[in-house]
Amino acid sequence: MINRILLSGSGGQGVITMAILLAQAACLYEGHNAIQSQSYGPEARGGATRSDVIISDEPIYYPKVQHPNILVALTNEASAKYLKFIRPNGIFLFDSDLVQPSTKMDADYVGFPMYKPVMERFGKPQALNICVLGALLELTHVTSFDSIRQCLKARFRPAFHQANEDALHLGQDLAASWKGTHRLG
Amino acid sequence: MGESMFVQGNEACARGALYANLRFFAGYPITPSTEIAESLAELLPTVGGKFVQMEDEISSMCAICGASLAGLKVMTATSGPGFSLKQEAIGYAVMAEIPCVIVDAQRGGPSTGLPTEVSQGDVMQARWGAHGDHSIIALTASSVQDVFEITVEAFNMAETLRTPVVLLLDAEICHMRERLTIPDPGELHVVERLYTEVKPGVAYHPYLPREDGRLPISNFGDGHRFNVTGLHHDIWGFPTQNPDSIEYLNRHLYDKIENRTNSLARWKEYYLDDADIVLISYGSAARSALQHVFDRRLRGERLGLLELQTIWPFPADLVRKKTAHARRVIVAEMNMGQLCSQVKTAVEHPERVFLANRIDGRLITPENIARCIRLIDGRGF
Amino acid sequence: MSIHRLIRPRFFPHIWCPGCGHGIILNGLLHAVDEMGLEQNKLCMVSGIGCSSRISGYVDFHSMHTLHGRALAFATGLKLARPEVQVFVPMGDGDATAIGGNHFIHACRRNIDLVAIVMNNRIYGMTGGQFSPESGQGTMATTAPYGNIDPTFDVVKLAMGAGATFVARTTAFHVKEIVSIIKKATMHKGFSVVEILSQCPTYFGRKNKYGGPVEMLKWYRDNTAPIGSPKLKDNPGLIERGIFVDREMPEYCEEYDKLIARVRSRS
Repeated sequence: MINRILLSGSGGQGVITMAILLAQAACLYEGHNAIQSQSYGPEARGGATRSDVIISDEPIYYPKVQHPNILVALTNEASAKYLKFIRPNGIFLFDSDLVQPSTKMDADYVGFPMYKPVMERFGKPQALNICVLGALLELTHVTSFDSIRQCLKARFRPAFHQANEDALHLGQDLAASWKGTHRLG
Repeated sequence: MGESMFVQGNEACARGALYANLRFFAGYPITPSTEIAESLAELLPTVGGKFVQMEDEISSMCAICGASLAGLKVMTATSGPGFSLKQEAIGYAVMAEIPCVIVDAQRGGPSTGLPTEVSQGDVMQARWGAHGDHSIIALTASSVQDVFEITVEAFNMAETLRTPVVLLLDAEICHMRERLTIPDPGELHVVERLYTEVKPGVAYHPYLPREDGRLPISNFGDGHRFNVTGLHHDIWGFPTQNPDSIEYLNRHLYDKIENRTNSLARWKEYYLDDADIVLISYGSAARSALQHVFDRRLRGERLGLLELQTIWPFPADLVRKKTAHARRVIVAEMNMGQLCSQVKTAVEHPERVFLANRIDGRLITPENIARCIRLIDGRGF
Repeated sequence: MSIHRLIRPRFFPHIWCPGCGHGIILNGLLHAVDEMGLEQNKLCMVSGIGCSSRISGYVDFHSMHTLHGRALAFATGLKLARPEVQVFVPMGDGDATAIGGNHFIHACRRNIDLVAIVMNNRIYGMTGGQFSPESGQGTMATTAPYGNIDPTFDVVKLAMGAGATFVARTTAFHVKEIVSIIKKATMHKGFSVVEILSQCPTYFGRKNKYGGPVEMLKWYRDNTAPIGSPKLKDNPGLIERGIFVDREMPEYCEEYDKLIARVRSRS
């Protein structure tokens, strides 16, 4: 088993946090090997951000994802940059309000609004990354929801636990209803 | 085995230092080393240690020297520009034989360069950054777990030989996250400082090494009052211009490390037994090299990897032995061949040594290495 | 004399020129330490580079002769690592206010319990008479052959502005004042700055036609006055001597110990 996951967007969207949670859940709670790395510009907010996660049962040497089988893009810029590298039969998850994929690749395009429902539900965009994570897990099952929940509890103060849970659910529900109308693979 | 966590190389470094009984850290914020300072600001007080954020890189290096002489295990962490600024005081620590660990999280240079991107351009600066003849120890690591363990080694070597040890990490290793399993206490050997057996109040030669080159110390504030100086000094620590004393000290500072090159060598090796192409690499580049070796072994190609964890003193004997039967030696590093030049001087056939490098701020890829080998073998790029 | 127990005869004769004011400062420091009866094994001295810095070799303290301008940084590490020691940090004027200016102001700000002694002879002596931030406009130096156009730092005002909690000034002429001020600075809990105007007859005096050491000492006698003295009132242009600041503020090492206690009580 090896999952090569590339998460991309702009600084401040929580892309790196999402990657850490995913890799941490796989590593600490599911016994896989996992590695997470990132590249980003000098800006704390804005600018292009990518984070690479590899989850495998074999040792992981080269830590970067060149050809993801799971790609998440939260900006058009990120989509334009990375979509062309996706593996055949990969899954491309994006927010259809924020991203209009221009390239046609041999992959499943999973696009639905996430930013807008997050804003409607929470009134602020901070929960977007957890919502995306919920959607990603529902679609790919790279880790279990429970493992992610444990990571979320360890990483955030109790005041945020309920909001995180809600955001995770929101993403899960959005992906589940999308699956109801589209067929994967 | 103790607790497992999923952390960055920087945090592994901080935790490794604490395992080795670090009790004083002085630093200044600089990418990509900052998380070491942040971790220690949080963790040191919990064990009664002290973290101090100084006014600059220079004072951070000076402060750890002061704290070390008072008896604490000390460390500072920085990156390129800060490493440059620290060099004068690193030279002082060499001269005054002050045990300390300096982390350099290498980023793209020269100058401010690429604050958030990787490089291995400080290999020669680690060796020769301070002026004057001297020797130094520099260590590398290629995984989060290795960062922890090599940090403990860095303290052990610093304490054993009373010398600064440079932990030459890189942006990729510092920032990547992997599993770290904290060894139980006692699982890794931790060297404590060697104190003089001379009784308080009895004349003590602070700079008279033992037969084995080790130099027992006495803490500032304890029973032996002596002088420490960056000037050439005699066995009392008094400044001297006596040619015999100067030569003695120069040779001692050099020999105490260079004569131990073999015992200070730390390395990892993969598939070397039958390798006709030997890759030599270190730090994050070694991961790409290993990936390439692993991929090619699947195709039946006889590649192997020698990962050098000690790069200074350069383990020339080891490199010569491990590459003796190689048709090609490929040094994979992210600079213009700083370690490659050393490999060439170490091997029987320098014409068989080639550089596979990348210097654009990105981690060298297995494909980069593959292409270099293709080209060298006359099979095009 | 009992102060002999505080020096290292092996280091003598000292390297200072005949007539240099630095020996007077050493003498004053030794008397101050002796009179306070401090435990010798708790005495540390950290100096930088220059004529002044050689003082650390002459005292039988735990002594560190460090790098140009960096003495306070080394001393900060030493003091934090071992707060029970008494650390004296003598510096030259260039040492403290030029190359070490940043460390100087931050040590003042941090209020760590060190005694900084600025041995101000207004010149770089060891390198042969170049102007320092203390030389003053119009003075002559080997690097100011046409007269110095560099404005000066006022060490006292600099220390006050940076937040030092004890600031004083005296001169090499005022031998007893040196002793009393160093004693007060040592007893003060926090960062103390003592500026002692010293004479360099070899370079500053010769270059600027101040005469020999005796004339230079007389100049300090005639051109300085205690804070609030009638002499100063009548001659407001004179250089003020005395204690400018002596105030209580939380000391850095003590604050750190409190922080550790707070953190450890949580876990």
